[in-house]
Amino acid sequence: MYQYDEYDQKLVDERVAQFRDQTRRYLAGELPDDEYRMLRLRNGLYVQRFAPMLRVAIPYGLLSSKQVRMLGHIARTYDKGYGHLTTRQNIQFNWPTLESVPDILADLASVQMHAIQTSGNCIRNFTSDHLAGVAADELVDPRPYCEIARQWATLHPEFNWLPRKFKIAISASTTDRAATRVHDIGVHIVRNEHGELGYTMYVGGGLGRTPIIGVKLRDFLPEADLLSYCEAVLRVYNRLGRRDNIYKARIKILVKETGPAKFAEMVEAEWAQIKDSYLKLTQADLDRVKQHFSQPRYDAAAADDSSYAAQLAAHPAFAAWTRRNLKAHRVPGYSAVFASLKAKGVAPGDIDAAQLDAVADLADRYSFGEVRVTHTQNLVFADVAQKDLYPLWQALAGIGLATPNIGLLTDVICCPGLDFCSLSNASSIAVAEEIFERFENLDDQHDIGDIKLNMSGCMNGCGHHSVGHIGILGVDKKGEEWYQITLGGSSSNDASLGDRTGPSVSRADIADAVQNLIETYLAERHSEDESFLDCYRRVGMAPFKTRLYAKVEAEA
Amino acid sequence: MSTILLRNLRVEADDYTLLADDAALPATGKLIVSYSRWQAEREALLASGRVIGVKIPNTIDIAGVLPEIADRPLIALDFPAFPDGRAYSQARLLAERFAYKGELRATGKAVVRDQIGFMVRCGFTSFELREGQDPAACLAAIHEFSVPYQQAADHAQPVFLRRRA
Repeated sequence: MYQYDEYDQKLVDERVAQFRDQTRRYLAGELPDDEYRMLRLRNGLYVQRFAPMLRVAIPYGLLSSKQVRMLGHIARTYDKGYGHLTTRQNIQFNWPTLESVPDILADLASVQMHAIQTSGNCIRNFTSDHLAGVAADELVDPRPYCEIARQWATLHPEFNWLPRKFKIAISASTTDRAATRVHDIGVHIVRNEHGELGYTMYVGGGLGRTPIIGVKLRDFLPEADLLSYCEAVLRVYNRLGRRDNIYKARIKILVKETGPAKFAEMVEAEWAQIKDSYLKLTQADLDRVKQHFSQPRYDAAAADDSSYAAQLAAHPAFAAWTRRNLKAHRVPGYSAVFASLKAKGVAPGDIDAAQLDAVADLADRYSFGEVRVTHTQNLVFADVAQKDLYPLWQALAGIGLATPNIGLLTDVICCPGLDFCSLSNASSIAVAEEIFERFENLDDQHDIGDIKLNMSGCMNGCGHHSVGHIGILGVDKKGEEWYQITLGGSSSNDASLGDRTGPSVSRADIADAVQNLIETYLAERHSEDESFLDCYRRVGMAPFKTRLYAKVEAEA
Repeated sequence: MSTILLRNLRVEADDYTLLADDAALPATGKLIVSYSRWQAEREALLASGRVIGVKIPNTIDIAGVLPEIADRPLIALDFPAFPDGRAYSQARLLAERFAYKGELRATGKAVVRDQIGFMVRCGFTSFELREGQDPAACLAAIHEFSVPYQQAADHAQPVFLRRRA
């Protein structure tokens, strides 16, 4: 993985010193509240319902075991012993004291980590495919491009005070696992008809209050021009993005109000001015970063192992886990292994200090010392030899991370909701828990098959409800928690926004409502091979709506 | 109350006076006028023979107004609110694309130690500090980061060029 050189290290160290001084001045009354707020947000620090919350960047989702151990140390030392993986490849700590945050940032810097630009109206953490570098359907490894772009965006002097936050995702595979179409800029690395590498550029996607699928701004952008094109988009946005209304300030609104064609024209005009500037990537720049992502030393004989087949035959629970939690690897004899953070009785995405320590040890033992976090709030050991799958499963089961539910109904994407977040209208974790109990039976879940249930506690949409096959959105009605339901959303290649079923349902009825929807699907599907999403797209809203509202009491 | 001006990396007396749109030209001294006054009275102001800078609102497209202002000895760009970063883009265009060599001045609510480093990088050469700012601390803040990732309007050598060397 990428290793900081002296420059990268110096920058994060200097950032810690800067923030330490800003915090000192704030506590001494020398820095106005609202200005400190904007400065601390750019270091990942929110002030939440009960305590400050610190959001730490995990660029493109990749962590070394050393970094994972440091996250465990931080959870144990400064927090209540756990952290929360977000839907944007970050980890959040919910209980640090404001005064301790400079020390936490210094600890992070000591393992080449930071919280720079994880919030605030600036360019946020770059997200990517959690199977980068190992996926069979990948054109090239997207992570070097993410790292190059991360450096470009870090403390960018022109773009630190944008109209609103700005998120960029990069994907290089046939199947989009990075939800690129719902980002401010979505980058697909592609090859053109001449065999040259480059990018298809999407702009103006986003979730939140006004969910929009990004529009294609350019079919093919040459490989060397990634930064100049992004700079052109950002410059147009910084100049023209709305600042009069926070709800209309994202680039998606500018693209929509300007019109995609006109917006593309403005970007192209700006880009023409800077495409041959210093921003042009050289092969040497690319190679320098690419060498950090060279393949680990795979065992050429890994596929010869026979113990795996024997373990599969002997242990049905292990076999069931391999069916859901393994993904194909491009190297024979290896698998990418998902550790599920969606266990019964645990808030989706939560992981405690002991688990973090254990994950670090397992990464060292079985996956070349690295682990990835996914935007679906799980972990991936990306390079596990088949002989190690059984011992890894046993170890994960021992720490509660072997729930065999990846991609199933209980693999819920969920924001912290009312339990932690000061923006939220309604509980999300408690609802996730109820759904988990309702559908805990794995045979039933397997029968339901691949489905994405996404839940947000408010319309800011951190739980990506708009792109859930089933989306649940918490709303506040006169102090009571109600839930709006959408069907048919997707963040993959066929990206779409969910359609609202109708009136929202009450807290008491939401689990029943999900069950009604699932029963409708089971009754309507052609066969077991037709997924919930495909079925919904074929039969439409009517049967789902009928059954949903026949049984639960909707809000009048 | 006089504003503290940083220029050429030191505290200097402000030799310009910002002239209200309805005020008559004073007898002496360098002046800054609003862009709208510059547009309306350009001929007369030029004929006065005075040294006149122009203050540009952050909503103006710099490329569009360049012919009218390129020969001014001073251009002031405004930060009307702490988080409003539009003038950063205006400054880079002036300093980098259009090679403006006059005094490029930052004014307004963001001209504080916590943003001045970005301003220097984007090409500003003088700073009307917001009231209450400690000029020594502002000067020190310019050097808070020793190496930038990006090339910009200042002449700091960015990381990627150092790595190529």
